[in-house]
Amino acid sequence: MRSLFKKFRDGLTKTARSLAEKTAGLFGAQRIDAATLAGLEEALYAADFGGETTSEILEEIKAAHKRDPALRGAQAAVIGAAVLERALAGAEGVLPPAAAKPTVICLIGINGSGKTTTTAKLAHRLKADGQTVLVAACDTFRAAAIEQLQSWARRLDLEVVASHTGADAAALAFDAWQAARARGKDWLLVDTAGRLHTKGNLMEELAKIRRVLQKHDPAAPQHRWLVVDGSLGANSVEQAKAFHAGFGLTGLIVTKLDGTSRGGALVAIYRQLKIPVYFLGLGEQPDDLQPFSAANYARAIFGLDAG
Amino acid sequence: MFESLTEKLTSALRNLRGVGRLTPENMAEALREVRAALLAADVNFKVARDFVERVQTQCAGQEVLQSVTPGQQVVKIIHDELVGLLGEGATELAAKRPLRVLMVGLHGSGKTTSTAKLGKLLKKRGARPLVVACDIYRPAAIDQLEILAQQEELGFYCDRGSRDVPAIGRAALEAAKAANADVILFDTAGRLQIDQELIEEVKRLHAVVQPDEVLLVADGALGQEAVNVAKAFHEALQLTGLVLTKLDGDARGGAALSIKAVTGVPIKFIGVGEKTADFEPFYPDRLASRILGMGDVVSLVEKAQENIDQHEAERMAEKMRKADFNLEDFLAQMQQVKKMGSMQSIMGMMPGMSGVQLPDDSERQMKRTEAIIQSMTVQERRKPQLLNGNRRMRIAKGAGVKVLEVNQLIKQFEQMQKLMKMMKGGNQKKLMRQMEAMKGRGGMPGF
Ligand SMILES: Nc1nc2c(ncn2[C@@H]2O[C@H](COP(=O)(O)OP(=O)(O)O)[C@@H](O)[C@H]2O)c(=O)[nH]1
Ligand SMILES: [Mg+2]
Repeated sequence: MRSLFKKFRDGLTKTARSLAEKTAGLFGAQRIDAATLAGLEEALYAADFGGETTSEILEEIKAAHKRDPALRGAQAAVIGAAVLERALAGAEGVLPPAAAKPTVICLIGINGSGKTTTTAKLAHRLKADGQTVLVAACDTFRAAAIEQLQSWARRLDLEVVASHTGADAAALAFDAWQAARARGKDWLLVDTAGRLHTKGNLMEELAKIRRVLQKHDPAAPQHRWLVVDGSLGANSVEQAKAFHAGFGLTGLIVTKLDGTSRGGALVAIYRQLKIPVYFLGLGEQPDDLQPFSAANYARAIFGLDAG
Repeated sequence: MFESLTEKLTSALRNLRGVGRLTPENMAEALREVRAALLAADVNFKVARDFVERVQTQCAGQEVLQSVTPGQQVVKIIHDELVGLLGEGATELAAKRPLRVLMVGLHGSGKTTSTAKLGKLLKKRGARPLVVACDIYRPAAIDQLEILAQQEELGFYCDRGSRDVPAIGRAALEAAKAANADVILFDTAGRLQIDQELIEEVKRLHAVVQPDEVLLVADGALGQEAVNVAKAFHEALQLTGLVLTKLDGDARGGAALSIKAVTGVPIKFIGVGEKTADFEPFYPDRLASRILGMGDVVSLVEKAQENIDQHEAERMAEKMRKADFNLEDFLAQMQQVKKMGSMQSIMGMMPGMSGVQLPDDSERQMKRTEAIIQSMTVQERRKPQLLNGNRRMRIAKGAGVKVLEVNQLIKQFEQMQKLMKMMKGGNQKKLMRQMEAMKGRGGMPGF
């Protein structure tokens, strides 16, 4: 657990440090006052938590400050982390073993959110765990998307089913399922084309992928995960809502948290939709996909050590 | 979230417009809503704070306080401040030839696509572009650019064997010269602004190719960190412009405003779709309206002031509030609205209605509606309940339309009355839903 936290913390170090920087030692031994509270509000907004979570954290710290005017920054950080953890209660997605063969995970999201990279990382992770995986290159739209996945496949020794750019993504998903079944794979990972959540026709295409997979197995795709770019702000919530409405999301993956963004939008998404977060993307390397831990996330954000 | 933002802001501003006088209290209330709106639109916290302060100072000025319509004045100040922050008019690329453009940004922001799009745009304007693949890291990034370049018939340079990005840049300049290209666009790998190694690399590339334009490509939905990202890129590379992508979604683009406010780097282009043609010069006023999510309220206000008899408008508003609105009023209203311009352009300016596409024949439809009401007696217009089958037939004949159309109009009018009752009841949520539902059906004819 320690080393996991370290990895997570390393990915998020910039984050933790910059939140502390922003608050100019707010989370230290210094006493809380009006100025530090204003600084805290700013820091919370800067994490993209949005209004609701920000107010909640502020309110609790203010209330604690009222009870104890000598409240110090370090204590405020503990309160903040606790509020965050509470807001994220139940948000940790845990992937159960593949019940059906294959069990299908569909990765969807807007353009450039990190679907293809995450597909490769996830396949790598499952394989390292002793599971068998087939990957379907269902982004048949973007130029060289197939080559991108195939290049990962060569590097990580993954099995990929692919067609050509312009091919029907749903038909490919259908074939890939059959191939996965025939080869006795535990998992089928379906990488899909990026699409903005506002495009009705493209959302319909996703629904079609789901429908054809259901012809094989009414429960497929068992996992429908939205890949969200962690450096985005409030619009992530709109994205999640729309993809949820169109595709019935069962999980989230938040990427690019190795940058300075704190990915606070995931809290807003969870509050609204109660969709668990399975993994965080913390870099471009195959191993940079880490299981989400609400406690670690909350504590790292507030610059605390592992609980 | 965004609906409620629009709702809240619209109602705060409506309150402002309604009151005769600005008080410190109602000002503060409206400004709080504006701040919340800006933050919900991902405008940077500090930028939002400074913005609200400036608006406040301006509003405290004598002119606003003494104006007959202080609320409208405030809306205009807010909008003008936003446009001012975003910069005036479209900002062009340097005219120099050969023009060297360096495209940089975070991962997945849309650099490669934007490189091809910009190449296409400049080619259409008569240039001979060459695109250069400098992303040697992301798998198949070179292939992606090559395919796009082929599609758009742009010159293309890459060196698949090389791991030395500045050397690729140098060789590309030679290749461009040989190919007689006059615009050279360098697509680079996505990189974090804190990745020292990769920032050093792109700085070395910059030193070699000496670009005339350095464009930061940023996702229109970026969050609060956008400012720090842009600042770091700006410090390293002296950005000359911003390309804002994925604006065909519903992101409000507040990050772009913040980047502009903090770095002074102008937004030059926006990406509005996946096709290579979906790329446009940037106009600040459009983004201003988008950030506030209020349609082009200001132009609407101005247009209304020019064309609508203020007294008449107030009388109407009063009737609407009381839900005491008959077909005669409807006709008068319609004639007022007609003076303001095409229905489509007016809809575009209404908060929450900007996405509504009116059917092409809505102007004609409006004329028919007018004819129908004009064929009614004054009695009937005032008391639409009187309109039985016989009367409806007579009216249809008089207006030269089918009875079905008369029925439709009356039905829609009844719906509208219901809406007004809701407004009167203050049931805003229900009202918004109702309006959403009407959008789907193409809206009211003549309204
Ligand atoms: N720094 C960082 N980059 C990432 C991460 N995940 C993906 N990326 C990069 O983001 C870019 C877009 O990713 P891609 O997988 O092609 O996105 P897709 O369009 O959703 O399939 C690529 O340059 C990836 O290397 C992450 O966790 N951290
Ligand atoms: Mg992809």
